[in-house]
Amino acid sequence: MSLGSIPPKYKVSIDRDQCMDCGRCIENCSYGTFRRDGDKILIQSRKCTACLRCVSMCPRDAISLTENPVDYRSHPLWTRDAREDIIKQARSGKIILAGMGNASNLPSIFDRLLLDACQVTNPSIDPLREPMELRTYIGKKPSKLEFKKTEAGDVELATKLSPNLKLETPIMIGHMSYGAISLNAHLSMAKAAKETGTFMGTGEGGLHRELYPYQGNMIVQVASGRFGVNVDYLERGAAIEIKIGQGAKPGIGGHLPGEKVSAEVSRTRMIPLGSDAISPAPHHDIYSIEDLVQLVRSLKEATEWKKPVFVKIAAVHNVAAIAAGIARSSADAVVIDGSRGGTGAAPKVFRDHVGIPIEGAIASVDQKLREQGTRNEVSIIASGGMRNSADLAKSIALGADAIYIGTAALISMGCRVCGNCYRGLCPWGIATQRQDLVDRLDPEQGARQVSNLIHAWTLELSELMGAAGINSIESMRGNRDRLRGYMLDEGILEVLDVKNAGA
Amino acid sequence: MKTVTIDAKDLHYTPLNQKVRAAVADGAEEIVLNNVLGQRFIGNGVRGNARIIVNGVPGGDVCMFMSGPTCIVNGNAEHAPGNTMDKGMLVIHGSAGDAVAHGMRGGKVFVRNNIGYRGGIHMKQYEVEARPMLVIGGTAHSFLGEYMAGGLVLVLGIGQEKAMTDRGIGSGIHGGEIIIRGEVDDHLLGVGARKFEFTEADLERIKPVIESFCEHFDLDPAPFMDTNYTRIAPASSRPFAGKYVWE
Repeated sequence: MSLGSIPPKYKVSIDRDQCMDCGRCIENCSYGTFRRDGDKILIQSRKCTACLRCVSMCPRDAISLTENPVDYRSHPLWTRDAREDIIKQARSGKIILAGMGNASNLPSIFDRLLLDACQVTNPSIDPLREPMELRTYIGKKPSKLEFKKTEAGDVELATKLSPNLKLETPIMIGHMSYGAISLNAHLSMAKAAKETGTFMGTGEGGLHRELYPYQGNMIVQVASGRFGVNVDYLERGAAIEIKIGQGAKPGIGGHLPGEKVSAEVSRTRMIPLGSDAISPAPHHDIYSIEDLVQLVRSLKEATEWKKPVFVKIAAVHNVAAIAAGIARSSADAVVIDGSRGGTGAAPKVFRDHVGIPIEGAIASVDQKLREQGTRNEVSIIASGGMRNSADLAKSIALGADAIYIGTAALISMGCRVCGNCYRGLCPWGIATQRQDLVDRLDPEQGARQVSNLIHAWTLELSELMGAAGINSIESMRGNRDRLRGYMLDEGILEVLDVKNAGA
Repeated sequence: MKTVTIDAKDLHYTPLNQKVRAAVADGAEEIVLNNVLGQRFIGNGVRGNARIIVNGVPGGDVCMFMSGPTCIVNGNAEHAPGNTMDKGMLVIHGSAGDAVAHGMRGGKVFVRNNIGYRGGIHMKQYEVEARPMLVIGGTAHSFLGEYMAGGLVLVLGIGQEKAMTDRGIGSGIHGGEIIIRGEVDDHLLGVGARKFEFTEADLERIKPVIESFCEHFDLDPAPFMDTNYTRIAPASSRPFAGKYVWE
């Protein structure tokens, strides 16, 4: 132990005057931070993850928590993280595993994009009085419509339309697998998706039978591990999504650790109990864009061309060219997951350093598809760190058709973004398979909270659109004139095709 | 027996597959496809227990997601036959391309001759009812049974001096087993794969598989009924358990 221990990340303290000794902190902490010794509650701060479960459950607000209670000598380059990562790797020789999204402090482009509003020259619209059209269709749109006359003299559509998903709001819930998160978390989100007229992704962990009643609002995912994938699964989904990559860890696969492969997870994924569930980095039947075409069409053949097929990629350097290839593959939507996207577990070096932010990716993909005349062939779904309705509105103005939320939905169920999802001990009953913890999340209440969130963002989006004098989401989409950049450099403004504030 | 014959000449795969589905829905027990030439996705996602005879060379993903039928290919097969197949059987009277039985989770794929790269890659099993099997009469290229998570891959090496000469066998394997006729050089094994002795009990276990394979291709099973095999299985069911340290 020549390296000694690194300082604790958090310091937890109890205000003993306030504490009524009820012991709820002990019951609630699944990490073992608190324990009873006679008539005293003892604290082991080193075990704390800042999930804030104890703080939220303490009836007397007696618990307080401080981050980084021990200072290092400050240094602009050799940050605390840099030093501690080296110590951990010197000790173990291993890859550092991290949870949740990108934690590097690169500035967000969204925060430097400002939305427009009407003043005098054209009036803003009051959504209270005027209908706001937020309904969004995801899928191929015909480049032209042809009609024919029937014998009775009526006009009939002759163009064959591709299947589309009908969303009542341009907010969907992204793919987080059963296994990575709990059944109650899945149930909460599925109920919310049904209630709000939108869709939710299954992730790559299969579709648990308790979710069958919500299958009309589920997008089933086919990832490189093909977990839980069979023809029944494909037929149950409202749409099918091929996952090529993920914003939090572009270019690599996933490993669900054996500890999380419970009997139910094993049955749903159709893999042995307790064995690691490994998704290889590539799909081993896709080694080229031609092979991707084959998988897209194979899924369509298997479901008789009745379901839209999406392709999800991580936002990487040549994202526009990749999306252009996807647009020609028979796929109905491209999902772009930006570098701030969440995850249950990813190597820290990938989470913080690989991939590009979603803002630039949306703009360049939309631009490329328009240039090539294929924008109608695929919808664009943007995801990766969508925090509020402003991020939603800006994504749509940059060119997205809809967004996926992930972490935001988890936060609406209790998650405090402690980033320890991979440990399987989530005290909020979300990223865990331990039944006593899963039971803490009531699916009815969880559903109400998730649908409240979607509802609130939808209301805010209508207000933002109304203020900008826009009453239909179609007029908002790709409408970059309604954005201005503030403190963004010329290069980024060019990629975004957005003018500077004041211009 | 109710037989439906379909001429696939100059037919695109979608109408061809629609005809196959219509025949299955109509209760056909045997569906004969003549003049097949590169049409993809034949038998894709088809359920039931019909017998589909493919005369010619099917294109990629033949029998992908198939759940029940028996498909006999009288010819070679292209890329990824039996891809993510669920139940049923695919018999190829010839050779096949890359990624044969990729991600397969149940049923059987028998290939008379050789296969390309990545055969049986990521095959997996759930309990006993879903245990996929891939049997190759000749030999296979690299990465056979890579990331395999269950099921059986058997290579008989017919007509070969050595059944396997390509490397990367079972790299990342964490379930199931790969059984290869004769000796396998150590340097051909991938990371995480380990050789085990092939015992009389193992032979008893795979006997019915060999017999079934030989019956389909009109071969004498007797020469294969000894313990001259190498059994390759995972060194661990948790190959990545020790790779990470927490943030």
